[in-house]
Amino acid sequence: MKQKMVLYFPSTTTEQPFTYYLIKDYNLMINILKANINPRKEGRAVVEISGDKKDYLAGLEYLQSRGVKIFPLEQEIVWQEDRCTHCGACVVICPAGALVLERPEMEVKFLGEKCIVCEHCIKACPSRAMEARY
Amino acid sequence: MIKKTYEEINAKIRAGEAVVVTAEEVISMVREQGVEETAAAVDVVTTGTFGPMCSSGAFFCLGHSKPRMKMSRVFLNGVEAYAGLAAVDAYLGATQIPETDPDNKNFPGEFNYGGGHVLEDLVAGKEVLLEATAYGTDCYPKKKLEKMVRLEDLPQATLYNPRNAYQNYNVAVNLSDRTLYTYMGILKPNMGNANYSTSGQLSPLFNDPLYRTIGMGTKIFLGGGVGYVSWQGTQHSPDALRGENGVPLTPAGTLAVIGDMKQMSSKWLRGVSFMGYGVSLMVGVGIPIPILDEEILKFTAVSDEEIFAPVVDYSESYPQGLGETIGQVSYAQLKSGEISVGDRLIPTAPLSSYRGARDIAILLKEWIQEGEFLLTRPVFTIPASSEKFNYKGAI
Repeated sequence: MKQKMVLYFPSTTTEQPFTYYLIKDYNLMINILKANINPRKEGRAVVEISGDKKDYLAGLEYLQSRGVKIFPLEQEIVWQEDRCTHCGACVVICPAGALVLERPEMEVKFLGEKCIVCEHCIKACPSRAMEARY
Repeated sequence: MIKKTYEEINAKIRAGEAVVVTAEEVISMVREQGVEETAAAVDVVTTGTFGPMCSSGAFFCLGHSKPRMKMSRVFLNGVEAYAGLAAVDAYLGATQIPETDPDNKNFPGEFNYGGGHVLEDLVAGKEVLLEATAYGTDCYPKKKLEKMVRLEDLPQATLYNPRNAYQNYNVAVNLSDRTLYTYMGILKPNMGNANYSTSGQLSPLFNDPLYRTIGMGTKIFLGGGVGYVSWQGTQHSPDALRGENGVPLTPAGTLAVIGDMKQMSSKWLRGVSFMGYGVSLMVGVGIPIPILDEEILKFTAVSDEEIFAPVVDYSESYPQGLGETIGQVSYAQLKSGEISVGDRLIPTAPLSSYRGARDIAILLKEWIQEGEFLLTRPVFTIPASSEKFNYKGAI
């Protein structure tokens, strides 16, 4: 089982070594794609967690029991289709292949499951069709 | 030999009998049926383009106040419009930014709002803050004005774009080792990407490369409404090197266009921001090409494989005005998502919306099929050679 997600850490939780316990006690593989964690402030991290389904579910339950909130990744970056002009300027900027130009239609598509929330697209989009929500 | 006149084509449009196809559709027709048969069958080919066109803007008549005012400085949502005209007239340019904008002081600037966005807001029907100041005269005593206005409140709003619909454009790459922020978008170091900006086989001037039918008075689709070609555009340079098919290999012809903003829509006039560069306006332009003879039909059947653009380095050659190119690629290659330059494969990105261009060509086709949009014969066609006018060369 392998899943990307956004972890939200309330300010009281940011000094705990969650990654250590997820690896040691739950035998999970943690890939930190992006993190903004500061002492005594709320923080967030985009991670990919993989491992056996049983371990995976137990690890997530552990995080939640300690006050960490888990959000699905695709809600973080939103493609406002009505703002999109389908120009395609974003496709060479997105490092994850989440913004693609479908051929032969030459239409822009946003593949939320591939997004790593790097936010490069937000200012690269001339018509400002990409929005970060958190 | 097939010969048709504007009058004959318009008579068929009025009767609902004209055969109208897009510049995309005509390509396969010619491949299947040949030039002669297609030229006999088709009356009009529609084209389209929807990309950032910086040389765009609008003349406004802002309406007289009581007491009257000769506005010397005018701002719309904080963006200055040139007011060195009659009392309440002003011209707002697409690339103007607010005086309060931090521009590139913290490089690269974001340029989130400017002239292009004001134009979009107005056609979207939004209220815009009008601020004006004046020194006051006997005939125009008022010195200060602040009010919310909407497009429908303004006596006149005329889009007048001095340069649109460029016939061909550079493919921008970056040979340096730092990221560049340009009007051609973000260019990653060491040729990390190649950005281009025309709609290729759908683009108006690629389909009438020698300007046989396009000139002053040609009725067009402009920003979602009806407009007209008013002149050749700024930097119009018809002497550019051309292929055997007449299509220029470098940026060449341009058009100045005009239209009533009150007919337009925010779908086809879009304010856009280019990081580190500034703001601009995406303009939708569509031009119908009357099939007066076989040669014109053959021109409209040009395909992406037969149109070539120069690859230009935006770290040195373009900014320094060196005029050097590092290669030539076809629009078919550009649209495939990858071009080869030397021994490298470079990912490509368009700045001009091909999907938008196709939608415009289809919309214009429908307008003509419905019998509402007749073709106009230009008063004169735009110059196909610099000998016909005193052209000093593009910078």
